[in-house]
Amino acid sequence: MIPSMEKRGQPQNIVSIKNLSFSRHDRKIFDDISLQIPRGKITAIMGPSGTGKTTLLKLIGGQIKADQGEIKVDEQAIGELSLSGLYALRKKMGMLFQSGALLTDLTVYDNVAFPLREHTRLTESMIRTLVLMKLQAVGLRGARDLMPNQLSGGMARRVALARAIALDPTMIMYDEPFTGQDPISMGALLHLIKTLNNTLGLTSIIVSHDVQETAAIADYIFILANGKIVDQGTPPQIADTQSDWVKQFMGGDADGPVRFHYPAPDYADDLLMLGK
Amino acid sequence: MIYLLQRLGRTTCNSLAKTGRSAFFLAHGLSGVTDIALRPYLLIKQLYSVGVLTLLIITISGLFVGMVLGLQGYYTLSDFGAEESLGVMVAASLVRELGPVVSALLFAGRAGSALTAEIGLMKATEQLSGMEMMAVDPIKRIISPRLFACILSVPLLAAIFSSIGVIGGHLVGVGMLSVDEGAFWSQMQSNIDFYDDIVNGIIKSVVFGFMVAWIALFEGYDAVPTSEGVSRATTRTVVNSSFSVLALDFILTALMFGDI
Repeated sequence: MIPSMEKRGQPQNIVSIKNLSFSRHDRKIFDDISLQIPRGKITAIMGPSGTGKTTLLKLIGGQIKADQGEIKVDEQAIGELSLSGLYALRKKMGMLFQSGALLTDLTVYDNVAFPLREHTRLTESMIRTLVLMKLQAVGLRGARDLMPNQLSGGMARRVALARAIALDPTMIMYDEPFTGQDPISMGALLHLIKTLNNTLGLTSIIVSHDVQETAAIADYIFILANGKIVDQGTPPQIADTQSDWVKQFMGGDADGPVRFHYPAPDYADDLLMLGK
Repeated sequence: MIYLLQRLGRTTCNSLAKTGRSAFFLAHGLSGVTDIALRPYLLIKQLYSVGVLTLLIITISGLFVGMVLGLQGYYTLSDFGAEESLGVMVAASLVRELGPVVSALLFAGRAGSALTAEIGLMKATEQLSGMEMMAVDPIKRIISPRLFACILSVPLLAAIFSSIGVIGGHLVGVGMLSVDEGAFWSQMQSNIDFYDDIVNGIIKSVVFGFMVAWIALFEGYDAVPTSEGVSRATTRTVVNSSFSVLALDFILTALMFGDI
């Protein structure tokens, strides 16, 4: 972290969540959780599939509303903002979707130019310079004329990343950035997330269940399960955890507190149909 | 019994909620008119993809419908020795009914289903969500241009359908069945009224275009974002918009031409 990037007078936490509860279709996704995301750091949110990690990002971005509790981004309570206030705040947030969410009818160049054309009154030549700078940062300046369907998964995610940083946001949220990537694209993405965070003075939030990769670049980790935060700390602290559940999750063991088998009657009885 | 009641209640609640959502959606979509004024190229692009690309099916169908009308009309009218009225018959049926209705049905099949699938897939691939996170309102940016493009292009398509249909009727009636050409055109000219027939036909097709666009866009926007959900939404678009076009046609005809 570059200390000078942390401006004086700004609160240390860019996102603060207090007593958040959220349920969908009678299923409790978050049950009274509180967490703080420090400015200028890479914070990872991990947990098994279906624990609502993506939902958390959507709550922070104001795309869905919390049932209870308060979410503050940059000292503004998301739930109380008007639509225009929310849109103004979103210009300071970038989000990288799992699928990339590139606009399929536009070229790579036009995709990266899209937020600039929508929100600024820059001339086309300025936009060109900015777009090429962003594409250079992700290493895809040469791919500017390709259509999204001509890109590999890893390239699409890098273009989406270039688009997410087009408006120079203060915070980027990554939704499962490593899922389905080969080792080389994975390495490229890890490197990009780390360098962008340090050179642009961003705050990064990574939601992921790729434990080792994420732990390698994160400054702080929250682990979510069953609607609660089950553990938090720096990567070494998480590695030395006392919780069997967290050990199993971080180590990827097939059996442990989380059973390999879905609850079922006794195997032998079941085969012999004694239960029926 | 209780189960049936529960189901009835749930279905009613769900459809009421959907109606409410679609009303808000429509209001939001219509409010995008200011954005279109600032960025007319968005509308022009959609006019091309929903209007111009539907032109082929409209002209070919119009020609054949007109030809069939000429043929059937001739056989019926000749029984009464009134072949000279063929022109009026063909033109009146096309301008008042078949033009607006058939072109709206074809439009629903060709452009409506495509719109639903496009919007539904944009939702499934998180493009709409992505726009929201880029602080761009997807309804104003994606839905409004398509909505206004449909409202503008359906009346034009209906007018083209009717004109080509009249030519088709002429081709069969005058060309093949030797109806007198002068009578064909002059009877049409004197008996088709601009306000009663043509304007009412245009009003009908504006209403149909609006209805088809609303249904198609809302079904896409409200679709369950999976491949099955999008395919169901596309089916619903074609079924619901055909049904509402026909039902609205009855209501509008009763109001315009009947004494109800």
